[in-house]
Amino acid sequence: MSIIGVREYSNIGSIKGPLMVVQGISDAQYNELVEIELPNGERRTGLVIDAGMGSAIVQVFEGTSGISPSGVKARFLGRGLEVKVSEDMLGRIFDPLGTPLDGGPEIIYGERRNINGEPLNPAARQYPEEFIQTGISAIDGLNSLLRGQKLPIFSGSGLPVNQLAAQIARQATVRGEETNFAVVFGAIGVRYDEALFFRKFFEETGAINRVAFFLTFANEPPVKKILTPKTALTLAEYLAYEKDFHVLAILIDMTNYCEALREISASKEEIPGRQGYPGYMYTDLAQTYERAGIVKGKKGSITQMPILTMPNDDMTHPIPDLTGYITEGQIVLDRGLYNRGIYPPINVLMSLSRLAKDGIGEGKTRDDHKDVSNQLFASYARAIDLRGLAAIVGEDSLSEVDRKYLLFGELFERKFITQGVTENRPIEKTLDIGWEVLSELPESELTNIKLTYIKKYHPLYREKK
Amino acid sequence: MNEGKIVRVNGPLVVAEGMQNALMYEVVEVGEYRLIGEITRIEKDRAYIQVYEDTSGIKPGEMVYRTGSPLSIELGPGLLGRIFDGLERPLDGILELSKSPFIKRGVKVNSLDRHKKWYYKPIVKKGDTIEDNDILGTVQETELIEHKILVPPSVKGKIIDTVEEGNYTVDEPIATIDMNGDRKELYLMQKWPVRIPRPYSEKLEPTEPLLTGVRVTDTIFPMAKGGTAAIPGPFGSGKTVTLQSLSKWSEAKIVIYIGCGERGNEMTDTLTSFPKLKDPWTGKPLLERTILIANTSNMPVAAREASIYVGITMAEYFRDQGYDTLLVADSTSRWAEALRDLGGRMEEMPAEEGYPSYLASRLAEYYERAGRVRTLGKPPRYGSVTVASAVSPPGGDFTEPVTSTTLRFVRVFWPLDSSLAQARHYPAINWLQGYSAYVELVADWWSKNADPKWKEYREYMVKTLQREDELRQIVRLVGPESLAEKDKLVLDVARLIKEAFLKQNAYDDIDAFSTPQKQVRIMKLISLYGQKSQELVEKGISVKRMNEKITIVTDIIRSKATIKNDELEKYDELEKILLKQFEELSKEV
Ligand SMILES: Nc1ncnc2c1ncn2[C@@H]1O[C@H](COP(=O)(O)OP(=O)(O)OP(=O)(O)O)[C@@H](O)[C@H]1O
Ligand SMILES: [Mg+2]
Repeated sequence: MSIIGVREYSNIGSIKGPLMVVQGISDAQYNELVEIELPNGERRTGLVIDAGMGSAIVQVFEGTSGISPSGVKARFLGRGLEVKVSEDMLGRIFDPLGTPLDGGPEIIYGERRNINGEPLNPAARQYPEEFIQTGISAIDGLNSLLRGQKLPIFSGSGLPVNQLAAQIARQATVRGEETNFAVVFGAIGVRYDEALFFRKFFEETGAINRVAFFLTFANEPPVKKILTPKTALTLAEYLAYEKDFHVLAILIDMTNYCEALREISASKEEIPGRQGYPGYMYTDLAQTYERAGIVKGKKGSITQMPILTMPNDDMTHPIPDLTGYITEGQIVLDRGLYNRGIYPPINVLMSLSRLAKDGIGEGKTRDDHKDVSNQLFASYARAIDLRGLAAIVGEDSLSEVDRKYLLFGELFERKFITQGVTENRPIEKTLDIGWEVLSELPESELTNIKLTYIKKYHPLYREKK
Repeated sequence: MNEGKIVRVNGPLVVAEGMQNALMYEVVEVGEYRLIGEITRIEKDRAYIQVYEDTSGIKPGEMVYRTGSPLSIELGPGLLGRIFDGLERPLDGILELSKSPFIKRGVKVNSLDRHKKWYYKPIVKKGDTIEDNDILGTVQETELIEHKILVPPSVKGKIIDTVEEGNYTVDEPIATIDMNGDRKELYLMQKWPVRIPRPYSEKLEPTEPLLTGVRVTDTIFPMAKGGTAAIPGPFGSGKTVTLQSLSKWSEAKIVIYIGCGERGNEMTDTLTSFPKLKDPWTGKPLLERTILIANTSNMPVAAREASIYVGITMAEYFRDQGYDTLLVADSTSRWAEALRDLGGRMEEMPAEEGYPSYLASRLAEYYERAGRVRTLGKPPRYGSVTVASAVSPPGGDFTEPVTSTTLRFVRVFWPLDSSLAQARHYPAINWLQGYSAYVELVADWWSKNADPKWKEYREYMVKTLQREDELRQIVRLVGPESLAEKDKLVLDVARLIKEAFLKQNAYDDIDAFSTPQKQVRIMKLISLYGQKSQELVEKGISVKRMNEKITIVTDIIRSKATIKNDELEKYDELEKILLKQFEELSKEV
């Protein structure tokens, strides 16, 4: 932004929802930061969202309740929404404006950065291809996560998503590499107990000094929720691209973010889109989710794991839908599996990792990985199909091969997907379990696997050796 | 040119006063940063400007500078192999200049390199009379593409001077003409306003298939050179992968790939993988025939709207040189959303789901720019623009405005199905709902060049799949075991069609690309299997017994990924074994 000093105005035209019209100003900058001082000395923050000749519309972060047009001072600060970021933020807790929430000192030495970030030049990106082992078979084996990927978890209310996220954060490693890693955690409009769960978890695992928390609670004003992931990712970018950290950015819960966005949009009387969410939600979310990846010539990276709750478990709801259209796949949790006592309750067929293809296979995980994964998908899909059929016509009216598929499906869920909350499976173990359950099927059904791998890994031939 | 003054900034919409005589769609530079914008509405001396870059920090009182010309792009040698943003600014150039991995605002870089010299061979001579779109000479731009240097549309005259064969930059004059008494210089480069279709002599019906190497899009729902296709589907169903396959393997001479409001990494993927891949038709690196336009989802929305026009103008320019070009746009839904966003800010009256009322006419105009044409200019030549676009319906609902409107304008429809995608049946094109108006038209080509029975095989497969669908309804009620043997056989053959032919793994080195010859070999085996097995089933052999005895089926399924395009003789072997196994089995009758 161009250099311009602080200007102060006290003529407030109208106040409506979170918006306040300041009269008399003719040089307000679009997206300029405004400090608002109430007669009682209270200070609030706002942003110029419409700059005109002689007036400017300011959106007040904390809301306008308690503001009356007289006696209010609006100071236009001549800069955008910036936060100081620094390595010292690791191990600490902040609100989205960078104010400490842990009783510790303010960040004094840091780089001021606009929290909206800038779009990464596609020509500057480096394509992700390093496999991250999460130790979770349903992810590593079938929907592998790569370093620099943005892979969300779609959950339903009450499903154990926090536990899964914590397990991933604890177990995730790039094998054979000691890394400079950090976790940036954006907790958006969460409940107090959720925030506490993660904090305790990181304390117990001794990782707390590598974690920076940005926190807004459920009862805070919507604009603060909107800022939370932006500030978190601003620090993530700083750590990754200036300080060589491999950052895992966890954002929880993006549903709260979207609801805040809807609330703000409604109060601005914008034309609502599907289910009341604003038409620009896709672009808005993209500006958050696209802040992940690897940059050529930089040592660090940002791997992003946003977490969201699907309202009514509905994946076509605008929040998961628009997210899926932006992220590089999704891990979907399933209530049916959860009710049957399966942890982690990952629905592998609805899940997807778009980048997996470039990070698995020979020289990366194991030569048979792609084939085994294709086969498990194909066979499990068939099993699920037949399970539905068997429920209607009875198992007896299925053919012998079909019945084998049913058994396979059951074993796949019990042995391959199911694992303990602290069980950390190496990828070889995951693939071996895959072979074990596949061997329930006749060999002629394994058409997705090359014969050489069958000879090399199929339990039948391994035993013979 | 007069300057104006900003009176309002509201996101990408800027209003300026003092803009007397400004033109609709004129490009202006906004504020101290000189951000690029375009005038989209004029009221007296007020101009409404859609700004293509982030307007944060811009304030009333700053100036708006007019340029006098509409949004235009540079066309000439130096486009191929490059990556541009939605306004044709080279992203590789911006990266170099800004020394930052992030895109800074207000960066000005020429679209075409002004320093690079191209070896130009003139064709025209002094004294020749030339007119619109004549070929002046040629530049071998890449190993693959000879760039024809064209007379810009509506330029005519007599050549009074032309340069010798040699090295020239795009802005050095290569010919001077006398145009109605005025001297006019011509260059390797020309400009064209993107919102106006480039002229041609005559539009023709497509006649040839646009081969893609993807079996289902070649055989079941074929595409034609100069045709239009839409590929709608929910997220993760395979739109991008299918469009990438098309841009990798299709037989087009020039491919323009527009990433319109999609992911950054997808552009990077193309940018890094294409130089390593070889065009299967010519064996040359793919990037040499490709132009990438990237306006990713996190880049300014207004430029997303422009990117589609930039891309199609480039496609027309290569068409005018006599090439078959393919334009791939991923995704037109993001483009439509940009229209909606900008329309909303201009306080226009919204129509369906908030989209502006002119959505349908914009889509129509876009698809109308596809087609096979006889170009203007000498020597006479033909070229085509084929358009294939992704559509991203919210919630996968095909009745929403962008999908349903698009369907009115395209002649090939490749609908993706989330249940197929979830079962990892790729490409997840629904074989019952899909559609192509070009089947008859390409059948001729196939029978001449691949197999005279192509159409017969195709119909057999399509009918079997339709019958399977009917039978599946019955199976859902009574189970598969209670079907008659001949119906069980239909399910069995349908499964073979899906596994051996329709499913195609875009990431398998061998399977990713199937030549027409390979496709017909597989089709022939399927049809042979269907015919022989039916004979035996009619004679009382059960399908179960057949599955036990005809074990070669597993190898037929595997063959798509084991038999390479240049070793099709291996299919003879499979065919022989298949016949032998049937003969064995027939002894049991
Ligand atoms: N032909 C194919 N072969 C193998 N895998 C495929 C194929 N088509 C799609 N896939 C798989 O499906 C995933 C999703 O495909 P793709 O990215 O093309 O979806 P999309 O429809 O473009 O989604 P979005 O709308 O979110 O961009 C791919 O990452 C890949 O794993
Ligand atoms: Mg896509």
